[in-house]
Amino acid sequence: MMHIQKSLQFTALALTLGMSVSAAAAAELVIGLQQEPTSLDPTSDATASIDGMMTQNVYESLTILAENGEVQPNLATSWDVSDDGLTYVFTLTDAAQFHDGSAFDADDVIFSFDRAMAKDSVNPSKGIFKPIESVSALDAQTVQIKLKNKDAFFLFNMGKGDSAIVAAETAQTNNVTPVGTGPFKFGGWTRGDRLTLIKNPDHRDAASVALDSVTFRFISDPAAATAAMMAEELDAFPGFPAPELLEQFEADPRFRVNQGNTEGEVILAMNNAKPPFDNIEVRRAISTAINRDEIIDGAMYGKATPIGSFYPPHGKAYVDLTDAYPTDTAKAKAMFKAAGVAGQTMTLRVPPFPYATRSAEIIQAQLSDAGIDARVENVEWGFWIDEIYKKKNYDMTIIAHTSPNDMGNFARGPKYFYGYDDPRMNALWESISTEADAAKRDMLLKEGQRYLSDQAVHGFLFQLPLLGIFRNEVKGYWSSAPVLYMPLKGVSKG
Amino acid sequence: MATCQAGSHMTYFLFRRTVGFIATLIAVSIVVFSVMNILPGDPALTILGMDATDDALAALREDLGLNDPVMARYFGWVGGALVGDLGVSHSFRVPVAELISERLPMTVSLAVAGMIVTLMIALSVGIFAAANHGKPGDWLTMFLSQLGIAVPAFWLSILLVLLFAVNLRWLPPGGFPGWSDPVAAMRSLILPTVALALVQSAVLARVTRSSALEVMRQDFTRTARASGLSQRRILWRHVLPNALVPIVTIVGMQFAALVTGTIVIENVFYLPGLGRLIFQSIANRDLPTVQALVMLFAVIVVTANFVVDLLYVLIDPRLKART
Repeated sequence: MMHIQKSLQFTALALTLGMSVSAAAAAELVIGLQQEPTSLDPTSDATASIDGMMTQNVYESLTILAENGEVQPNLATSWDVSDDGLTYVFTLTDAAQFHDGSAFDADDVIFSFDRAMAKDSVNPSKGIFKPIESVSALDAQTVQIKLKNKDAFFLFNMGKGDSAIVAAETAQTNNVTPVGTGPFKFGGWTRGDRLTLIKNPDHRDAASVALDSVTFRFISDPAAATAAMMAEELDAFPGFPAPELLEQFEADPRFRVNQGNTEGEVILAMNNAKPPFDNIEVRRAISTAINRDEIIDGAMYGKATPIGSFYPPHGKAYVDLTDAYPTDTAKAKAMFKAAGVAGQTMTLRVPPFPYATRSAEIIQAQLSDAGIDARVENVEWGFWIDEIYKKKNYDMTIIAHTSPNDMGNFARGPKYFYGYDDPRMNALWESISTEADAAKRDMLLKEGQRYLSDQAVHGFLFQLPLLGIFRNEVKGYWSSAPVLYMPLKGVSKG
Repeated sequence: MATCQAGSHMTYFLFRRTVGFIATLIAVSIVVFSVMNILPGDPALTILGMDATDDALAALREDLGLNDPVMARYFGWVGGALVGDLGVSHSFRVPVAELISERLPMTVSLAVAGMIVTLMIALSVGIFAAANHGKPGDWLTMFLSQLGIAVPAFWLSILLVLLFAVNLRWLPPGGFPGWSDPVAAMRSLILPTVALALVQSAVLARVTRSSALEVMRQDFTRTARASGLSQRRILWRHVLPNALVPIVTIVGMQFAALVTGTIVIENVFYLPGLGRLIFQSIANRDLPTVQALVMLFAVIVVTANFVVDLLYVLIDPRLKART
């Protein structure tokens, strides 16, 4: 693999002068990814790495999220919201076109929304389209979307990969040959090995794209990923899977290690519908028995931020509730005794993610000190999603909830795997999700965090970190990610 | 007359083998289909994830044909496979045959290269040890082969990568660029082949040694030596051919182990082969792909055994009469 470097200044100069960038000065970035996708269509498959590679790079949406979670214009250059918060009028850019050369206009927006909302839609986040009553074109460059009820997260959701705007002609084949309007075009995909994107010179903002091509290499084994970085086969590994292997990169002057946050709250989930977890005192005793610092040190090598409720620490409305249940083994023991569960056996069924399996062992020891016999069962993902998530056949589990704005999980009713059904929380989420005023909504989100902590619905552990390794010359990557994607538009090398 | 009899023996042998082959495949198809359907897991939920709505899941299940009765699905699959249609992968949404054909060259290259290097190392080392029986050279090679048996392939792989890819930078740490660039392809196959072959050849070297020692004790070897043939000629022309029957038996078993061993090696060297595909497909509950791949591995193993049986006859004409 050739790595030809060039200075960023030269690129900028060449582009301002309208020069075509010569082949000899190509900026190529090689990125390692742990998770290999099976499809390249984010509107029909939830695999996170599809968003990581494709969303806002190949496909674009009406809006786009900035690193701080702020909604910004994208295919929609501006929008008006009616006073009742139910009608959105989006003005579309007239400078976008699909990679196959076809024009982008209101018809494509209508097609994409109709497809996502259809009866036979397999959109993995079909729920975000639920509030929509109708989508119509006022003219070729203007789209009106009417909502059934107010949705505070509507504009945010319109920036997700699930709401990518696709063309009717190519939607069916996007899983293998993606066609979008984004700053990068699909170059090629050797399944199991690599995927290449090339710069789209016709993009309306092509002047600010520094990279000529981006290659993703799929390396699932952390030791192999380390070797590939060390051998300089890769320029970056933005989502590095193994915190225990980071030290050698921190000590190596060739590399820069980033520790940011994801939207993933890692929780010790309890089956609230099942005794003894329907008893709030038992749940509080578990929260008292666990020691987050020990878990973070042991499972994440210290590289994670503790959380005391279900909201990311980097969010605007964050309240620090990590002191709500200070670790007190003796007190926890007494609480378990009072609740009549001392000495009981509880199963802790954990999915095959290192953060979960390692945390489970430490939690098992902590619960054992407090007089509870937690039995750890390591299960694979297909089993977890069927037995634990779908059939709710579990006592406790450990899982990261990686979606943004997902406090609504606690209002998904008794059918959801939490088994938690609380009218007060349902009403609170209803008011959060329909509150248009940002300041008021943040107040409500704080109330929600305090309430969930008070109810000790789950053991709230830590925020899943975003650990990345970059060669020094790679710049412009997000440090934290409010969504599953990372736009490559602002990334440069050299 | 004797030829004719041998010929009918051979026909009977082939017939018996073919029946066994088909019976094995039927049994494997039933087992793999049942296991994949009993195993907890929901392909639709695995694809759409934790935010999926009930109606989207229902639409996808219908689309994937998961709502059809089990027997209909089994016979649909077998019927399709018989006419060469392996179905469409649930998670990749492309024909399974396409997935297999793009990955087969990688795994076959690795397994064949692994087998050749295994044979080269094992036969030389085994014959060398036998020729130096009881001397330091024998002890050393036997000690090394004992070590080779004890070392797991994935650990050896990591050591090889650290030395040759990270420190010396002679070879790539992993990946496979495809045969369109033969030099790059060969370079990227070196480390995985060595990792695969070193462990396999350790076993085979020991078998070669003991089988050769057995032959060396026999009268014709003494006669050959007495008639003044060189040591090298005796070993390679007289001892080795007569020591081959147990070696070929082990090679047959090892070829099967080699094909399955690629699963581990492909993960460590991130090679886009069948091993990684089966790993990923099981995790994704991609039933059509897993079924096709397990059948393919079964065919490879059964074929390898069949070839070994044929080789016996070639190596030792005495067996022809007994088949």
